[in-house]
Amino acid sequence: MQLLRAVLLRLATTAVTLLGVAVIVFVVIRVVPGNPIAMMLPPGATEADVARLTAQYGLDKSLPEQFLIWAGGVLRGDFGLSITARQPVLDLVLGRLPATLELSVMALVIACLLGGFAALTGTRARGTGGEAAIDVANGMALSIPDFLWGLILVLLFGVLWPLFHISGRVTPSLELPFTTDFYLFESVLRLRFDLWANIVSHMFLPALALAIPLAAIIGQLLKQSLKETMHLDYVTLARTKGYGENHVILREALRNAILPTLTLVGVQFTFLIGGTVIIERLFSYEGLGNLAIDAVINRDLPLIQGIVILFAVIFTAVNLCVDLLYAVLNPRLRHG
Amino acid sequence: MSFLRVNGLSARLKGAGHPILRGVSLSVAAGEVRGLVGESGAGKSMIGKAVLGILPKAVEVSGGEILLGGVDLLRLPPKERRARIGATCALIPQDPLTALNPSRRIAPQITDRLVDILGWDRGRALARAEELLAEVHIPDPARVLRAYPHELSGGMRQRILIASAFAAEPKLIVADEPTTALDVTVQKQVLKLIAEMQARHGTALLFVTHDLGVVSKVCDSLTVLYGGLVVEDTDVRSFFAGPAHAYSRALLAATPKYTDPQASLTPVPDAVIRDVQAEVAAADRRARHG
Repeated sequence: MQLLRAVLLRLATTAVTLLGVAVIVFVVIRVVPGNPIAMMLPPGATEADVARLTAQYGLDKSLPEQFLIWAGGVLRGDFGLSITARQPVLDLVLGRLPATLELSVMALVIACLLGGFAALTGTRARGTGGEAAIDVANGMALSIPDFLWGLILVLLFGVLWPLFHISGRVTPSLELPFTTDFYLFESVLRLRFDLWANIVSHMFLPALALAIPLAAIIGQLLKQSLKETMHLDYVTLARTKGYGENHVILREALRNAILPTLTLVGVQFTFLIGGTVIIERLFSYEGLGNLAIDAVINRDLPLIQGIVILFAVIFTAVNLCVDLLYAVLNPRLRHG
Repeated sequence: MSFLRVNGLSARLKGAGHPILRGVSLSVAAGEVRGLVGESGAGKSMIGKAVLGILPKAVEVSGGEILLGGVDLLRLPPKERRARIGATCALIPQDPLTALNPSRRIAPQITDRLVDILGWDRGRALARAEELLAEVHIPDPARVLRAYPHELSGGMRQRILIASAFAAEPKLIVADEPTTALDVTVQKQVLKLIAEMQARHGTALLFVTHDLGVVSKVCDSLTVLYGGLVVEDTDVRSFFAGPAHAYSRALLAATPKYTDPQASLTPVPDAVIRDVQAEVAAADRRARHG
């Protein structure tokens, strides 16, 4: 009951957040220089052509008026027409969303595995050279940003030692039997593991580039809280019961140590989704991020607005999920 | 034959080499309760920790032996040592608020050793846990077993830890200042409970405390420590009749009397401290030359 109330309250504040995001984006992209109409018309277009198109897209109205028209459409599920693609923004965005979601989730899984492994082995080897080595690796992973990791990975595993595909989402010549845009997911459901392997081979490097900095953050924070937990009385008590180091770390310490890391992963995961914008460009991956860059270059105002709102929805949804997970994992919170 | 015999046990800080235990010898037989008393820093807790294999990482054993049922723990490989300690010893920890894992229910925290180390099946272990909780006078054991630690009071949690310590019928229990963190009114009950459980199960009990009042209530014998050195090893009756060592006498004189709470406290005199420190220094000289 209490949980339900908390969720409803969060949804209400989320609505306010989204409204704020909408207003800011709407104003900012109209204030920065660059005119979408000028980019659509061929050289030599007359003043009359410009005026006609401006009116057609409603850009001749005042800013508040434009906002109300757009916001009214959004509430009815109509995000307007993309200026460049001349298709409904919603269709474009939803068509690309699955690719980005799959990439982000894959990156998150890789980050959790790598970071968790680093934290556990680092805790196991605390106070020795092994821990120092892990600290150094963590520091390096953290101090190089994701797009540079992308370039490094392209050079290493795309050029020098071509193990993976470095461009696109799937080899274009392949015939795809999919009905949804969740290629990775659907290939598993349809038991088409040949396609699955091809898709993973395309996704692995961009996902890894996104995952490495996050893995370092997870590794560092989780190791720190694990080490602190290892000194606590209940861990010592478990040792007197005859349990070894591995058991003590995994069963006694991990679940308590993981809570602060979880909150951070939620925040960092939203940064990771933001990182897809550049990484998708780098790997020519047909996702939302790539679409966003095109939209900005082309001053495709409705499309930019749609993408930003969608990103905002994703961010708040991730944060909500993290809070719920936190409540589930921490019995002290669950019982209020 | 004593179940636990500690012979000439020495321990020191790693690196600096500062001695923490200076050739400590003591023994505890089945059914015996031995008090381990001394000021803070006397090394009384360290002995218990060394026996249970939970010395802090900064401390290392530098000599002597810890015989558990005739087998020297210090000569066993780590895995066997852990298994032996887990199967025959248990700890009643100091602070019940931090000694239970906050994210696990009570039941698995009592039964884990029975299932994992002794190989019982889960149902039998659970039935045993319920029985034990009833034995330590916890009402509605089935409900408590399903609870998380934060749902229970400090006194309740200490009872659970006592029950858990006796779960596998250990030969030896180390109680590390088990009443220090508790409210005074609860202290008495918990003390009585430990004594009652010890008597019923016939366990050897090493009772670490700084409170001679507690010793007089529950112990059969006691070892007085100063600076990691045993200054007196005697039975409780002769100790309270008149300790042999000057430091023990001063310690006994310094203990506040419950019968006369208004009486002013007597500190241990400086001269006594100087003498016992000289003894510690002499022990160090002997250790260096021997």
